[in-house]
Amino acid sequence: MSSTETPAAAGAPRTEPRHGWRLFVIWFVLSLPSVLIIWFVWKPHMPPGDMSSSAQHQQFDIAVLAVTGAPVVIGVVLYFIYAIVVWRAKGDEGDGEPIYGNTKVQATWIIGTSAIVLWLAVFGTIELIGPAGAGAGEGPSPIWTLAGKQSATWTPGSDDILEVQVIGQQWVWTYRYPQFGGMESTELMLPEGMPVAFHVTSLDVIHSFWAYQLGVKADANPGVDNVAFTTPKAMGSFTVRCNELCGIWHGAMYNYGQVVSPTSFQTWASGVQAKEQADGVLAALPPFSLTYDPTVIPQLGKNIVTVDGITGAAGYYYGPGNPVTP
Amino acid sequence: MSVAARAAALGAAFLVVVGVGIFVAVYYIGAATTQLPIVHYSASGGQVSVVLQEDPQNNTATTPDWVSYYTQDPVSKQWLHTTLFSVPENTKVNVTIYGYDGCTPLRNNYFSQVQGTMGGTVTVSQFDQHGKEYVTNDTTSVINSWSDCNVGHTFAIPAMGIFVPVASPNAQLSANNLCSSSPCTTSGNPYAVETFSFMSPSHTGTWRWQCLVPCGGGYLDGNSGPMQTLGWMMGEMDVVSS
Repeated sequence: MSSTETPAAAGAPRTEPRHGWRLFVIWFVLSLPSVLIIWFVWKPHMPPGDMSSSAQHQQFDIAVLAVTGAPVVIGVVLYFIYAIVVWRAKGDEGDGEPIYGNTKVQATWIIGTSAIVLWLAVFGTIELIGPAGAGAGEGPSPIWTLAGKQSATWTPGSDDILEVQVIGQQWVWTYRYPQFGGMESTELMLPEGMPVAFHVTSLDVIHSFWAYQLGVKADANPGVDNVAFTTPKAMGSFTVRCNELCGIWHGAMYNYGQVVSPTSFQTWASGVQAKEQADGVLAALPPFSLTYDPTVIPQLGKNIVTVDGITGAAGYYYGPGNPVTP
Repeated sequence: MSVAARAAALGAAFLVVVGVGIFVAVYYIGAATTQLPIVHYSASGGQVSVVLQEDPQNNTATTPDWVSYYTQDPVSKQWLHTTLFSVPENTKVNVTIYGYDGCTPLRNNYFSQVQGTMGGTVTVSQFDQHGKEYVTNDTTSVINSWSDCNVGHTFAIPAMGIFVPVASPNAQLSANNLCSSSPCTTSGNPYAVETFSFMSPSHTGTWRWQCLVPCGGGYLDGNSGPMQTLGWMMGEMDVVSS
């Protein structure tokens, strides 16, 4: 008995406050502004931005997850604090009352968590389909594809999908444009508002093509055509990084791309094609293919290991022993 | 021993272990980065001349069969086994590369194209082992490594957009008469001489450069060994205040 209690009061039954309602009101008061702040203040600054359809969806997804998760976090933390403050044992009161379960609490918990999990499953599936693969590589046979037309040529303002082959090798990226004569460039230029299909591959080890602001990330595996889609939504520059540890200069394997207007893109691509045609670069490149065997020189029809006496073995550019040449 | 004394002893032991670890790491990392000399090129008349050679082997005891670049000291004219050099900022850099190593196909023949040099070209001369010049001052924007077998390695500074295929002796000379003692000399060896120029960046910093021919013989896909080691087929260009 505390010193403030009167004998009469000690004999009266204790009236417990309605903890559930009290917790709900506090939780609601904290959660509502949190959700509003996340959605209207934080969301526009969430990564990876809104430079492409994939990035927009990812930003939206992260915001939805934050809005979904914030009330849960607030509820759990609130319960802990409330329990510590309100239900803390005051002095030596002996053991607490045994708890045999509470159907209402258990049902609320099971229904609430099930609803959240099901909501996230449905939401995640819809968002995966919406931007055609969420900006990630889907392998050589994508399940979800962009609405657009596959064409041998590309025209500004049409619904032609621009095909861009991303080629990784230690430690540079190059990009081939099959709709522009198979020209290749160290610059990644893309047209604004036009659908793009990235065909990501590698000539040596495993790399990962990560166009951060575009929300596109796809592994670059040798001998594999890994397809990822997006539609650039805003002009400007973006960063391309390798996201797979690929050797000592992995950290330096990055460059910058540009999203430009469709007409500017066509001018640039046609110009590079014409220059590479005139300089003989196009003739020196292998015919465009979704993957390459770097041990074979297509123009000669020979395996590199048979050319000029360079030694080698199956699967190796050079053999396990020292090559004769160089 | 009291609890406080035990805690103090434990703390002291912990600090000793951490200190030894830091010392060892700093010692070895420091040793690794300072073993290679840095060749400093000074500008004269707003230009600087960088001279390199690439050899089929090197003169180290540990990995003598690795292909390697050498850098020429501008004062002593000695060939140093290093790939670290410095140039002044905002300066025309004239590069001369002696190609003693044999021809090797590029993995990505796109890099047969010269990129990032002044005029987008290089000038190539080739000599046989008798000193006979069989190609003279050929200025070109493409050295096709697949059809001609005239590319030994490349000199690439990706961050500056510089990609240069480095000429080699032709296929026949590559197969039979290559220099076998490094650093190679022009006497008695077939070789190519390639020159090109580019502007150094307008601000100081370090730019890494590398070879894009997978020339790590004996390693999977030719991509390890000398390809991934400073002093052999990759290096750094320090841009310093002029």
